[in-house]
Amino acid sequence: MIEFRQVSKQFPDGTLAVDDFSLVIPSRKTTVFVGSSGCGKTTILRMINRMIDRTSGSIEIDGEDIVGLDKVKLRRRIGYVMQNSGLLPHRKVIDNVATVPLLNGVPKKQAHERALELLDTVGLDRSLANRYPSQLSGGQQQRVGVARGLAADPNILLMDEPFGAVDPLVRAELQQELIRLQRELDKTVVFVTHDIDEAFLLGDQVVILQKGGVIVQKGSPTEILSAPANDFVADFIGATKGKRALHIDRRDGREIVLDSEGRAAGVLVDGPTGGSKDAPA
Amino acid sequence: MNWIIENLPLIGQRTLEHLALSIPPIVLSFVLSVPLGWLANRYRPSRGVLLTVLGLLYAIPSLPLLIVLPIILGTGARDSINVVVALTLYGIALMVRTTSDALGSVSSDISQSATAMGFSPWTRFWKVDLPLAGPVLLAGIRVVAVSTVSLVTVGAVLGIKSLGLLFTDGLQRNIVAEVLAGMVATIALALLIDAVLVLIGRLVMPWTRATRVASTRRARLTAEAAAS
Ligand SMILES: Nc1ncnc2c1ncn2[C@@H]1O[C@H](COP(=O)(O)OP(=O)(O)OP(=O)(O)O)[C@@H](O)[C@H]1O
Ligand SMILES: [Mg+2]
Repeated sequence: MIEFRQVSKQFPDGTLAVDDFSLVIPSRKTTVFVGSSGCGKTTILRMINRMIDRTSGSIEIDGEDIVGLDKVKLRRRIGYVMQNSGLLPHRKVIDNVATVPLLNGVPKKQAHERALELLDTVGLDRSLANRYPSQLSGGQQQRVGVARGLAADPNILLMDEPFGAVDPLVRAELQQELIRLQRELDKTVVFVTHDIDEAFLLGDQVVILQKGGVIVQKGSPTEILSAPANDFVADFIGATKGKRALHIDRRDGREIVLDSEGRAAGVLVDGPTGGSKDAPA
Repeated sequence: MNWIIENLPLIGQRTLEHLALSIPPIVLSFVLSVPLGWLANRYRPSRGVLLTVLGLLYAIPSLPLLIVLPIILGTGARDSINVVVALTLYGIALMVRTTSDALGSVSSDISQSATAMGFSPWTRFWKVDLPLAGPVLLAGIRVVAVSTVSLVTVGAVLGIKSLGLLFTDGLQRNIVAEVLAGMVATIALALLIDAVLVLIGRLVMPWTRATRVASTRRARLTAEAAAS
């Protein structure tokens, strides 16, 4: 569990990026921060592994204030995946994946074996192991980035718009992959995105932020969708117009679901066909 | 021509002496530029002053420097240490700015991700920043190498042994072939050292070739796709 208590971050130039932020991030769930550019998502995320130090308040991981921890050691036990993969261009894929174990002094052979397994885990062919990052596609690089984030088997995985820079098809694939991974690995994932669809798809807890890291609403996707806290949220999640603003029309005795433009989105059928993400398993 | 054939062993020996005078300044200016470049890059206020002062070293004319250095260092006028020190100063003058720029140009995405992985600042410098600065450092040290090989000849005016002696001797005795031989050998030596540096670069930075191959291959594929 990660707990923020009244955390603020003011940068040296005076920018108050995060103002009095409090939140509990439950273990073994995916928490998604979503909000427009500059609202403080990255800052909040990076305060968890102390790439950015908070100016006031406290951040605890499993009840331990991270201020007392050694930064470098803390970072080695938290996975981090970022938008442009951030892979080390001068190291082969396998060495990139093995970065943290190697830093931790795991013997090279063992670290490489583990790295190969991780390539399997993230759905990459082992033949890519000896390539350099520049020899991979953007989607493959992101997978390597995820594998690297998982290499030290961290409990916490921080992901800062990890799929932001790949094309929509690859993004959808990576999202499904992450859902599958999360089912297998059961990490505490903290995920940052601009994209509300992505937030609803991946998040157990979705946190909608406004400038200054102000929480406008938090809850499960269902909770947010069924009761947007205010007009900002309603607009943001597209509940006023767009593909989530659906209404029912009765035609020839069948109920058809139409979007706000009047285009058919589907029909109503009896009962749930698959388990909803929020439904108790 | 005859002169050259008759004096091949002499040319060979001067070349070796020249090489022995060239290598230490090249290596030293590379090694010393790393901490200086780091300093200039790390502490922004020091950057302007440091780079300007060190850059100005290059403006000191070489002959007077070679005359003054023995007085400062307490060495003999014909001591090769004078040449090594003078050329190291010139090398640093050229190299520190390059090193500072090279370290500064490492993508912030990459250094941030390295930090996030848990590299300590020290490890990150040696294992990420410095290697990634490598291609630019290589370009810089190649300039230093060529400049050094050429400047070593100046020592000949003071009688310090190098290929430069072939110029002074050739001039005095009016042997054109000797002067020419000195020039050609100097250029050849510069080319040789340059080639060695490029080779070392390839060996220690294998990823630069992979990257180039990958991007040209990608460019070719794009071109083919566009053509079809
Ligand atoms: N090092 C810094 N110095 C000063 N201000 C900063 C710094 N880093 C971020 N900021 C400011 O803090 C605010 C929050 O930035 P942050 O990077 O957390 O936003 P974000 O929500 O991640 O945005 P994006 O979606 O564009 O990545 C912004 O106003 C930004 O300009
Ligand atoms: Mg951000």
